Amino acid sequence: MSTAPRLTALDALHRSLGATMTDFAGWDMPLRYGSERDEHNAVRTKAGLFDLSHMGEITVTGPQAVELLDFALVGNISTVGVGRARYTMICQEDGGILDDLIVYRLQEQEYMIVANASNAQVVLDAVTERAAGFDAEVRDDRDAYALIAVQGPESPGILKSLTDADLDGLKYYAGLPGTVAGVPALIARTGYTGEDGFELFLKPEHAEGVWKALTEAGAPVGLVPCGLSCRDTLRLEAGMPLYGHELTTSLTPFDAGLGRVVKFEKTTNEGRFVGREALEKAAERAETAPPRKLVGLIAEGRRVPRAGMQVVVDGQVVGEITSGAPSPTLGKPIAMAYVDAAHAEPGTAGVGVDIRGTHEPYEVVALPFYKRQK
Amino acid sequence: MSNASNPTHLRYSKEHEWLSPAEDDVATIGITEHAANALGDVVYVQLPEVGDTVTAGETCGELESTKSVSDLYSPVTGEVVAANQDVVDDPSLVNTAPFEGGWLFKVRVAEEPKDLLSADEYTAFSGS
Repeated sequence: MSTAPRLTALDALHRSLGATMTDFAGWDMPLRYGSERDEHNAVRTKAGLFDLSHMGEITVTGPQAVELLDFALVGNISTVGVGRARYTMICQEDGGILDDLIVYRLQEQEYMIVANASNAQVVLDAVTERAAGFDAEVRDDRDAYALIAVQGPESPGILKSLTDADLDGLKYYAGLPGTVAGVPALIARTGYTGEDGFELFLKPEHAEGVWKALTEAGAPVGLVPCGLSCRDTLRLEAGMPLYGHELTTSLTPFDAGLGRVVKFEKTTNEGRFVGREALEKAAERAETAPPRKLVGLIAEGRRVPRAGMQVVVDGQVVGEITSGAPSPTLGKPIAMAYVDAAHAEPGTAGVGVDIRGTHEPYEVVALPFYKRQK
Repeated sequence: MSNASNPTHLRYSKEHEWLSPAEDDVATIGITEHAANALGDVVYVQLPEVGDTVTAGETCGELESTKSVSDLYSPVTGEVVAANQDVVDDPSLVNTAPFEGGWLFKVRVAEEPKDLLSADEYTAFSGS
């Protein structure tokens, strides 16, 4: 594809802040503004501000909106109350993961799906196709929203000064309409950093004003703008999967260790949903012959494992790295890897990673690497 | 990102190393601020060892940053006479002081390529 990269409503602002930009799924996005380690630490200890306008929003409305979602996705969307959100997935007929998603129930008959930027079109196409026969409308709302996230322990205080919404009453994985800095926004207590925080869905023309208001309100408590680079190390420490790394079409949710997102006990559509038969078999396989398991690895040395590198025991390949980075919080390189069940127990001895020819020792640990204190 | 100001007494390779003028045939080598900025936070540095022979334009170590690993090239041919242990212990020196405390290794120069750049030429080449 030779098309020019897409720009978010905050593009000029990023450039004025001196951001290093990068192509991400066809969008020109901030990679970092200064040091990605400083940005990472700000989110862990104070607050960080992210432009996530590249994420894909799809609105589903109508009398049978929930029936459509129960059919198209693997989760039990019927049980999501108004104002709540749910982490779920959309799978192929063969059970392979097309994308992981967050679904917000905005009204009785109105839902918003948020898809990964790289999969937004795939998800839109799949949901649209699966809508045949349902009394529901599927709307591409990618251009309707800018998305700003404020994440970190100081984020409730920062946002409180700018909104009329009852943030104390807003639970984790919930989202409600309100105003921020005087403009309408969907305020959601979600994020991808392992910290408390909020995601604000706004009209693109309001994005710059809200960004500036948050910057001003957050400056006294150490809020800084953050790029995608630290977002990746934050989510890795929090053990959160990333599509294209831990999740792919060649894995079912059961292979990814996320079988719990698949709900077979749905009440709508007589329990029918796309991928059901294949996923039932995958669930059985997972019981009888455990697939490779997603584990955490912590380096004993300083070399950083990267996606695609082999996990080795006694010279034998027993797994593959899916994501790896130096962890600012742990001060050591960390990675997620799919490893044969025999070597997946925390504390398993003798596990190494083949880093450009040398086998570096690693400790197998349970995920996540980092859990915030509540 | 700040505009790199490339010291005029150094010479530069197109692989973004700098080279100090040789004193007693020994030159100091590092990477430029432009390269350090492009890498992001450097977290691991593997340098050639004292006694190794390095060859101009060939790999002699690696620099690992948050997002990627990059080969380190030598801008000259010769014998390594020193490696900067400070930068091995604290790789962030490459980012904070690329032209000073973040130097990487010293070489007794046997042969120097003809196409090393001046500061002005390098600034034009790298765009910063």
